[in-house]
Amino acid sequence: MSRAPDNRSRPAGLYDPSYEHDACGIALVARLDGTASHETVRRALQALGNLEHRGASGADADSGDGAGILLQIPDALFRGELAERLPPPGSYAVASCFLPAGSAERARVEALIGRIVVAEGQRVVAWRDVPTDAAVPGPGAASVMPCIRQLVVAAAPGLDQDAFERKLYVIRRLAEKEAGRDLVVPSLSSRTLVYKGMLTAPQLDRFYLDLADERVASALALVHSRYSTNTFPSWELAHPYRLVAHNGEINTLRGNANWMRARESQLASELFGDDLRKVLPVIRAGGSDTAAFDNVLELLVLAGRSLPHALMMMVPEAYESRDDLPAELRGFYAYHRCLIEPWDGPAAIAFSDGRVIGATLDRNGLRPGRWYETADGWVVLASEAGVLPEKPGNIVRKGRLQPGKLFLVDLERHRIVPDEELKREVATRRPYAGWFAAETVRLDELPEAERPEPPETPLRTRQLLFGYAQEDMKVILAPLAASGEEPVGSMGNDTPLAVLSGRKPLLYSYFKQLFAQVTNPPIDPIREAIVMSVQASVGSERNLLAETPAHARQLLIENPILRGRELEQLRHVRHDVFSSWTVDTTWPAAEGGAGLEPALERIQAEADLALAAGANIIILSDRAAGLDRIPIPSLLATAAVHNHLVRRGTRLQAGIVVESGEPRSVHSIAVLIGYGAAAVNPYLMLETLAELVELGWLPDGTTVEQAQARAVRGIAKGLLKTMSKMGISTVSSYTGAQIFEAVGLAPELVERHFTGTASRIGGVGLRELGEHAAARHARAVPGAGDELLPVVGLFAWRREGEAHMWNPETISTLQHAVRTGSAETYERYAETANEDAARRGNLRGLLRFRFPDEGVPLDEVEPAAEIVRRFSTGAMSLGSISREAHETLARAMNRLGGKSNTGEGGEDPVRFDDDRRSAIKQVASGRFGVSAHYLANADELQIKMAQGAKPGEGGQLPGHKVDGYIASVRMTTPGVGLISPPPHHDIYSIEDLKQLIYDLRCANPRARISVKLVAEVGVGTVAAGVAKAGADHVLISGHEGGTGAAPLSSILHAGVPWEIGLAETQQTLIRNDLRSRIWVQTDGQLKTGRDVVVAALLGADEMGFATAPLVASGCVMMRACHLNTCPVGIATQDPELRKRFAGQPEHVVNFFFFVAEEARRLMAKLGVRRFEDLVGRVDLLDADEALTGWRERGIDLSALLHRPEAPRATRRVEAQPPALGDALDWRLIEAARPALEEREPVEVELEVANVDRTVGGLLSHEVVTRHGAIGLPRGTIRVTLRGSAGQSFGAWLAPGIELTLLGDANDYVGKGLSGGVLAIRPPDGAGFVAEENVIAGNTVLYGATRGRAFFRGLAGERFAVRNSGAHAVVEGVGDHGCEYMTGGVVVVLGPTGRNFAAGMSGGVAYVLDEELGFAARCNPQLVGLEHVGAEDGEALRSLVAEHARRTGSAVAARLLAEWEDAVQHFVKVMPHDYRRALETAAVSTGGEGFYTTETEEAVA
Amino acid sequence: MGELGAFKKIARVGPRERPPAERILDHREFVRPLPLVELQAQGARCMECGVPFCHSGCPLGNLIPDWNDLVYRDRFEAASEQLHRTNNFPEFTGRLCPAPCEAACVLEIDEGSAVSIKQIELAIVERAWKEGWIAPQAAAERTGRSVAVVGSGPAGLACAQQLARAGHEVVLFERDEEPGGLLRFGVPDFKIEKRVVERRVAQLEEEGVELRCGVEVDDPEQLAGFDAVVLATGSRVPRDLPVPGRELDGVHFAMDYLAGRNRALAGTAEPRLSAAGKHVVVIGGGDTGADCVASAHREEAASVTQIELLGEPPARRPDDLTPWPLWPAKLRTSYALAEGGERSFAISTTGLSGEGRVERIHWVRNEGAPPFAVVPDSEETRPADLVLLAMGFLGPELPLLDALGVERDGRGNVATRDHATSRPGVFAAGDARRGQSLIVWAIEEGRRCAAAVEAWLADADGGDGAAARSGARFAG
Repeated sequence: MSRAPDNRSRPAGLYDPSYEHDACGIALVARLDGTASHETVRRALQALGNLEHRGASGADADSGDGAGILLQIPDALFRGELAERLPPPGSYAVASCFLPAGSAERARVEALIGRIVVAEGQRVVAWRDVPTDAAVPGPGAASVMPCIRQLVVAAAPGLDQDAFERKLYVIRRLAEKEAGRDLVVPSLSSRTLVYKGMLTAPQLDRFYLDLADERVASALALVHSRYSTNTFPSWELAHPYRLVAHNGEINTLRGNANWMRARESQLASELFGDDLRKVLPVIRAGGSDTAAFDNVLELLVLAGRSLPHALMMMVPEAYESRDDLPAELRGFYAYHRCLIEPWDGPAAIAFSDGRVIGATLDRNGLRPGRWYETADGWVVLASEAGVLPEKPGNIVRKGRLQPGKLFLVDLERHRIVPDEELKREVATRRPYAGWFAAETVRLDELPEAERPEPPETPLRTRQLLFGYAQEDMKVILAPLAASGEEPVGSMGNDTPLAVLSGRKPLLYSYFKQLFAQVTNPPIDPIREAIVMSVQASVGSERNLLAETPAHARQLLIENPILRGRELEQLRHVRHDVFSSWTVDTTWPAAEGGAGLEPALERIQAEADLALAAGANIIILSDRAAGLDRIPIPSLLATAAVHNHLVRRGTRLQAGIVVESGEPRSVHSIAVLIGYGAAAVNPYLMLETLAELVELGWLPDGTTVEQAQARAVRGIAKGLLKTMSKMGISTVSSYTGAQIFEAVGLAPELVERHFTGTASRIGGVGLRELGEHAAARHARAVPGAGDELLPVVGLFAWRREGEAHMWNPETISTLQHAVRTGSAETYERYAETANEDAARRGNLRGLLRFRFPDEGVPLDEVEPAAEIVRRFSTGAMSLGSISREAHETLARAMNRLGGKSNTGEGGEDPVRFDDDRRSAIKQVASGRFGVSAHYLANADELQIKMAQGAKPGEGGQLPGHKVDGYIASVRMTTPGVGLISPPPHHDIYSIEDLKQLIYDLRCANPRARISVKLVAEVGVGTVAAGVAKAGADHVLISGHEGGTGAAPLSSILHAGVPWEIGLAETQQTLIRNDLRSRIWVQTDGQLKTGRDVVVAALLGADEMGFATAPLVASGCVMMRACHLNTCPVGIATQDPELRKRFAGQPEHVVNFFFFVAEEARRLMAKLGVRRFEDLVGRVDLLDADEALTGWRERGIDLSALLHRPEAPRATRRVEAQPPALGDALDWRLIEAARPALEEREPVEVELEVANVDRTVGGLLSHEVVTRHGAIGLPRGTIRVTLRGSAGQSFGAWLAPGIELTLLGDANDYVGKGLSGGVLAIRPPDGAGFVAEENVIAGNTVLYGATRGRAFFRGLAGERFAVRNSGAHAVVEGVGDHGCEYMTGGVVVVLGPTGRNFAAGMSGGVAYVLDEELGFAARCNPQLVGLEHVGAEDGEALRSLVAEHARRTGSAVAARLLAEWEDAVQHFVKVMPHDYRRALETAAVSTGGEGFYTTETEEAVA
Repeated sequence: MGELGAFKKIARVGPRERPPAERILDHREFVRPLPLVELQAQGARCMECGVPFCHSGCPLGNLIPDWNDLVYRDRFEAASEQLHRTNNFPEFTGRLCPAPCEAACVLEIDEGSAVSIKQIELAIVERAWKEGWIAPQAAAERTGRSVAVVGSGPAGLACAQQLARAGHEVVLFERDEEPGGLLRFGVPDFKIEKRVVERRVAQLEEEGVELRCGVEVDDPEQLAGFDAVVLATGSRVPRDLPVPGRELDGVHFAMDYLAGRNRALAGTAEPRLSAAGKHVVVIGGGDTGADCVASAHREEAASVTQIELLGEPPARRPDDLTPWPLWPAKLRTSYALAEGGERSFAISTTGLSGEGRVERIHWVRNEGAPPFAVVPDSEETRPADLVLLAMGFLGPELPLLDALGVERDGRGNVATRDHATSRPGVFAAGDARRGQSLIVWAIEEGRRCAAAVEAWLADADGGDGAAARSGARFAG
């Protein structure tokens, strides 16, 4: 279809449509007997209707993000219309086409298609107008609605159906390529047909009249409802595609697409023959991640692999460290990894080729999928249980999609084919495992090579040449080599952007790591190590479409960081298959900086030469660097060769190995791998480690060997962490994935050598990089006094070093100002800080105000007391900072009418009623202290998706910091360490976030809901999704912020400045017409009134401050927050040090008033009286041409200052549409009125369906607001429900409420359970064995703090994740059970998945292990396994008895009948920390509001 | 990095001094080095602050956390190198600097807890001398350019050393018979023994600095032929006391007394002034005054009284006036008073009397702060045989400045822009430029001035720079 008239889908300013994300609901329906019927279609559409809440619409509520259906070709329909003209089934195909709306255009495209059909030897039968109701789509969708027609194509005589399908593919690709954006072909197949469009789920069958036609019959149907972060009109991006519908995200897309392009030159297929050239490129430009996936999958299938086979190649399950998988299957995966890297991401992919239909989950299993099979031959699978209600007696079995497992319904075999059977069939089709074993070479199998000659140039000179500083030794390398862990720092980053630094930082510093937020989850690489892998391989890849033993000829490397001897093994490889070629990546010093460009051309040419000579390992080496030769920045050398070879189509003929003196940190190695290196030998780092040993920097007795081994291990760990931030699990799919944003590099440099990387403010190019390298070289020339490296002041301020915005001057003047209340001193501070910003390098410093000729009198400007209400303090948890510091901030903000933030550590309930109450209650991934009572006592609930200092990462509070008080407010056990997971386990995608927002609205309907994001490329798009998800407020944090501890590489290298993120957000929200209904806040090293005004002009309604108010209350930027030694009593729990805290609320109040007054003065000069009139006035900002030093560096701020046309408003002017109107809870509240008001017991019975979400949430809110945390007496409100409950059943259920569900439930049952009781059992008369079937979804009891829950059946992944107090009984769980649990009791009366108890630091689990296989599935990092003792036995028995009573469990009954014997079969899972804490009885009550962890009396 | 949390367990240890009763019997230095273990423990207390205020408080920008850590790790040689990067003469500052770094130490927020930075500095450099790590650093190449440095106080020495190491030919002019300025003739031996100055001067000479002592430069002709001139002549015009009786014998400027003592000790001249057996009154409460007091003790004066115009400062850091990390305006009792003598604050001297020689001093008490209103009925008279005026210095001596015709600032000091005076090729450093100040500033001045001279000369070599335009050569 034509996109031309629509300017909104084109890049402008900071917005680029390629950042769009989507996520969705999917469902499939199939008849096992393979008979086609219209009933299948009807059921699928019904399921789709019940998934509507997973989809979304934009500002225009009738324009959906997309819905669609894939069917078998409805022969009766076409035969009815075309009669005898139609060939027999199977020998004709139907093309579903989106054509230009204009008739002339359309005719041209149709003629073109017809011509191609004929040219390819097939026959056009007829064009058919697809009957539609044009009145159905919303205005936005209608404005770009294509003309939808179907073309019937007849097969050439004698062509078999598979060959016909291939021809159809060729025809489609040719037509698509020729017609360009004027043509979209949703499907062209002799087997399947797709109807889709930019519609909401309920609109689909009203729009496509065919779908109501009884003749439209199919034995299978796949439906999809889309939720896009943006709502730019696109009919094309609706699902299903030709083979798949997808819920999730492909994180590695850019790398996958690059590699696919690189592969094309080698593609060859007997089946396609010469036709193959016609389909290239395989991936259609401008598509989504799903479209690209579909493109590649389609090619693999048409070239001869089965659909399951192709899926297993592209989405392999985690197999690397699995001994529970059959050898042939592991071999299959290993072999295929030599052919293609995983398409990694949180993905549920439903697929069908018209003969089979099924779904699979990625290795992490991060999307839900539930299925059932009926006695009368139907199979239904959907993102949620309950989308198609079924009579209980008719259901034979129920299940869920599992990580890495294939769910397949084979209509020809009339049954569900079990995963093991299916995979065995595929894996043994050819001897893949044997091929792999025979052909693959491991690096350690290669013969030892000679060590190279030691270099002539002295170590110190070479260190200087590569820009080494003392900090590299002391701060980076020594800790790494001592502990094998990446070093940690704190208090964020207040140094200039690389491009603005006077220090000429290394090229790596210009690259910012991207990270997952909202649209996909980061991974925990430590606790979920089972899915992670750093294994790499080098060698040449072969034709993807063939399979031979030779395909496995790869050289396997266990760790991509190579030691010297390993590199020599590679370099000197003498093997019939492998041969290496070393390319010198240095240039003659005599040429100066100008030598860089020719040097790049030379190495590219040499790489071509190497390939021509048959090399398949290219070693890019700067070992020749010395006094005569300057090294090319290793990242530039790597990316330049990588992208050059990709462009030439020869990239896959060789692996790139980097031998460089430059890399010496996690980030530098991550970037090298991200831009194409398969392995890196950081030789100078390794030599420097040897020097450290010699100089005694490392613990006594450390050998060089140990130091190097630890450093390599530490970097590999850091690498995993960097990958996992983006949700990527394997190095092989990280390689070349280019998951970075460049800040401060020239567009032409990026386009040429870092192709596809975002770089939005321009910056330095090759010339400057050459000069920088030459300058480093010049400094390296030996002279007097060079025995020590320079101190550059990157991590701590130094007078002659890197600029820091927090420096002795700003800190001391600010402190003096707020303590004495001196406005003059504040002005000195502000002047210094503002001047610093200008001179030393952040983006706001480069801006100037466009003051009008006349301002307004200062006294007409809104008073400071109003302005300060827009300020809040940052989310710093009690625990990360001391109680004194935390309460000081709260008091100050309450005095001002601003907002303080709890941070993620809960809050002492005694503070709810006084001036220490934090207005903002944060909800972070650890959910510490997040109870119904906590949530009810907030003005704002903030969902922290990421934090500036370490976006994409979790956190840890070590046990020694968890004293009695902190444990009590976090509702955990004193002395037990606490882990915050990297992701929220209830947010793996945007529709999950929408659900959490809904949950929180139920928990507190009066609070505004905020989502905290961190600036990175695409954050605006995510913010748009957040707005569509119903949030009231979005916070865009800059990368600079951060008050807590974080790995140094994250502090410095993840995320971008808030100026870019805020401007992008503002622009994107405006273009989507969503800005009017959401508040926008920003934070990140805001310090002055000037900062506040710049932020407002760029689009912020509100501003957050963290570091500055801390400094006002005494912080001196020790940056020792992670060490518990804060000398001013802020970031410490040490009672002695806390006594030193000297901050007063008035200091903080003074600070904010000073800031507001400064802002007022600027407002007066700007002629703006009211602050709200500042918001979004980008026109009042301009680049400051008077400042020198930045234009010369190529910086271009025009995108930042771009001002899109605002359809409505540039600030928040209206509320989100109400969300809770149809909640089931209103009926519960009505029925429970006697209980709520008079504490009289009530009983309620109701029907429930999957669209009824968060049942019990609003009711719980009523309970805790009236009766406090203690709630109502047990059993006061008893509710019985029948049916399939929607997500978040019983979330934050308050004490006194009992929900009993007869049916089943979806994900997030009992989320945050706060004292209520849940029981779920199958309906009476169910036709299946309860303990063998799934009754609840994933992530049950996430963050539960109190209460009890009973499940008569199996639950999904991550049962009781982060439970800190609930008691639960379940009859089987999926992977990662009891993950991060810190308290409570879990009883599992059946099977468990893998990785049980990962990160479990507290609480107890009892697992019935009758088959003795549990130990192997338990993660032993933190727990021990024990027998059940006598006392435990009694508690266990009483829980099992309650389970029997509440759910009628036959399993429980059996156990209780022979309890003495049964108890022997339980294994007790006991965390070591927890045992220690209990033994030392480290409990000390520190606060008035001490919570006990679950102390429920024994139950009957 | 020091040791995590060591500051909580280990207390500050200040300088270890010889007992007053013992030390007044001789002229040897009274501060003793701390034992190694104690030093390292003090090094361990340093927390490697994210913002090291000590480093900011130090005029030289000494990389204090960096060498503290090296000491903690027993890497003295590296520490010495680190220290010498920013400080040419750590043994001078390690003895004589009042240590604003310690006042700014983050641990000093808890007053009295600062890391013993000065002791560590001293230990590093003394160890380096002992081990022979301090060797001449002669320039690898000569530039062929010549610079005259006038004045061999710490500013002149530092400037000369920097320039010589850069390969320039440096001539250091000194009007006294030996180099060192106040270091040699102002500060008593018990604070800095003269061998300490001498070994450093020897290093300079080995690095190529030519010393011309006993040469009073007062005619520009004497400087003809040099490519550049640096004025480091100090701020030596003392503040006088215009009261009746000032003209009496026995009333002297402190520096005359101290220089005499220094020469006497060195055995180079007979002392003209002596405090032995006299009632000594020292007017002025600063360091110079203290040195007079201590010298008088060692001469066995009959009594020593030190009076100060200003009132007595508070005993603790006054946070409303000079909060951390500023230099606190608080009461400090000098080493000299620990050795004996009397001290009075808020004293306005009203006159001196005697028959030809001073015999009495007359004073009144004042309110302690400007305008120093007299406290009624507070007149007092004390015996005084020797009155030493130690009330600071007003500015540089003028003959050479006038002869060169360089502009001066409002306070009479040499006016400069980045150390360049109004006369091309003439630079100024130290007290002559900045006014009376600390030795640490003098060294910093010398270093920065050397850098400015270097840049100017480099421009000259480039052919079109300032020096080239001005004829490249200072013409006398």
